Amino acid sequence: MTSRKIEIWVGFFIAAAIAAFFMLAMSVSNISSYGGGEQYTIKARFDNVGGLKVRSPVSAGGVRIGRVTEIEYSSETYEAIVSMAIEVQYNKFPLDTAASILTSGLLGEQFVGFEPGAEEDYLKEGDTIDLTQSALVLEQIIGQFLYSQADDEE
Amino acid sequence: MVLFSRLLNKFQYLGAVTLHSFQRLGRGSLFLLDVIMASASLFSRPMLLVKQLYAVGVQTLIIIVVAGLFVGMVMALQSYYALVDFGAEDSVGVMVVLSLLRELGPVITALLFAGRAGSALTAEIGLMKTTEQLSGMEMMAVNPMKRVIAPRFIAGFISMPLLATIFSAVGVMGAYLVAVEMLGLDSGAFWSQPQNTVDLYQDIYNGIIKSLVFGFAVTWIAVFEGYDCVPTAEGLGQATTRTVVHSSLAILFLDFILTVLMFAK
Repeated sequence: MTSRKIEIWVGFFIAAAIAAFFMLAMSVSNISSYGGGEQYTIKARFDNVGGLKVRSPVSAGGVRIGRVTEIEYSSETYEAIVSMAIEVQYNKFPLDTAASILTSGLLGEQFVGFEPGAEEDYLKEGDTIDLTQSALVLEQIIGQFLYSQADDEE
Repeated sequence: MVLFSRLLNKFQYLGAVTLHSFQRLGRGSLFLLDVIMASASLFSRPMLLVKQLYAVGVQTLIIIVVAGLFVGMVMALQSYYALVDFGAEDSVGVMVVLSLLRELGPVITALLFAGRAGSALTAEIGLMKTTEQLSGMEMMAVNPMKRVIAPRFIAGFISMPLLATIFSAVGVMGAYLVAVEMLGLDSGAFWSQPQNTVDLYQDIYNGIIKSLVFGFAVTWIAVFEGYDCVPTAEGLGQATTRTVVHSSLAILFLDFILTVLMFAK
């Protein structure tokens, strides 16, 4: 084995490892949701966020427009405050846009869905959405259903 | 009186074993310090390192690629069989990718690496010691730490994360072959679900950190066992066996510790 061949093989080995890393980073990780253009932050108050997590998607009309960056609980209003980073190219949401927590599929992950309103002014960095709909909690729905059945029988 | 002396013998045995293991641990740590100090000299002679990267890294590549391919394929099949009952077979991609990146990639690579490269390191260095080549070098004023041990140690340390990354990537491709080409799952779901779930820092970088730690532990054990072996044919055999056993146990133990530190919520 000449030293040239050895060097070629080692170079091939390291190149293969770098290629493998980029393949993993690009095709199976969320690298595209980091950076990649500027973002602005919008907050929304929810009574109940259900299974929403940091990094959950935010979408409008089924298109992904940003992600959840922070979820806090406010002891003053007894509500959950969800901060979302929205990509700057989607900066034309009217002030009365409604946010709701939806589930993709029956058992899929939860995401925030935006439903644009009709106001003339648009949401800016730091604004808060008040028109919200909480996550559906299956236990509550079943509970309500059982109560309504019981009421009907009386 | 006989009973008492037997009891004393037991205590003596226990004490000897404990002292012996602490002595080895101390020698191993001092040896590690020496190796790290000697590694600086590699900057002036990089060719030594390249040769060892070939022996330790490139020659382990084949087994890593083949193992990665089949592990990915089997993982895809098994998760498909388990998930299809719940109608959640679209999650096969994310399940395989997460298991590979977080656990299987670093751990299986390290176990194979210990068997393929670690044992070879021990045998090579041990044979050099047995045939007094190391003493010969010292006689010629060549420092065997710089010339023999340090290049092998650094090469192992560098190769492990590279091999683990290749293992994970090949495993994902194997899973893609089985899930999409063979089982006919949706190719879009296979790639998009991991993209929503897998985090670059949390999953990929942590996997690489794991493999760095494993690489450090395996090569340390391998070169130390070789350097410290009893210079006989039997001692060399025992040292090689110890390398594989100890480094496999160290990998599994460290994996548990690292998982607790990294993924605890």
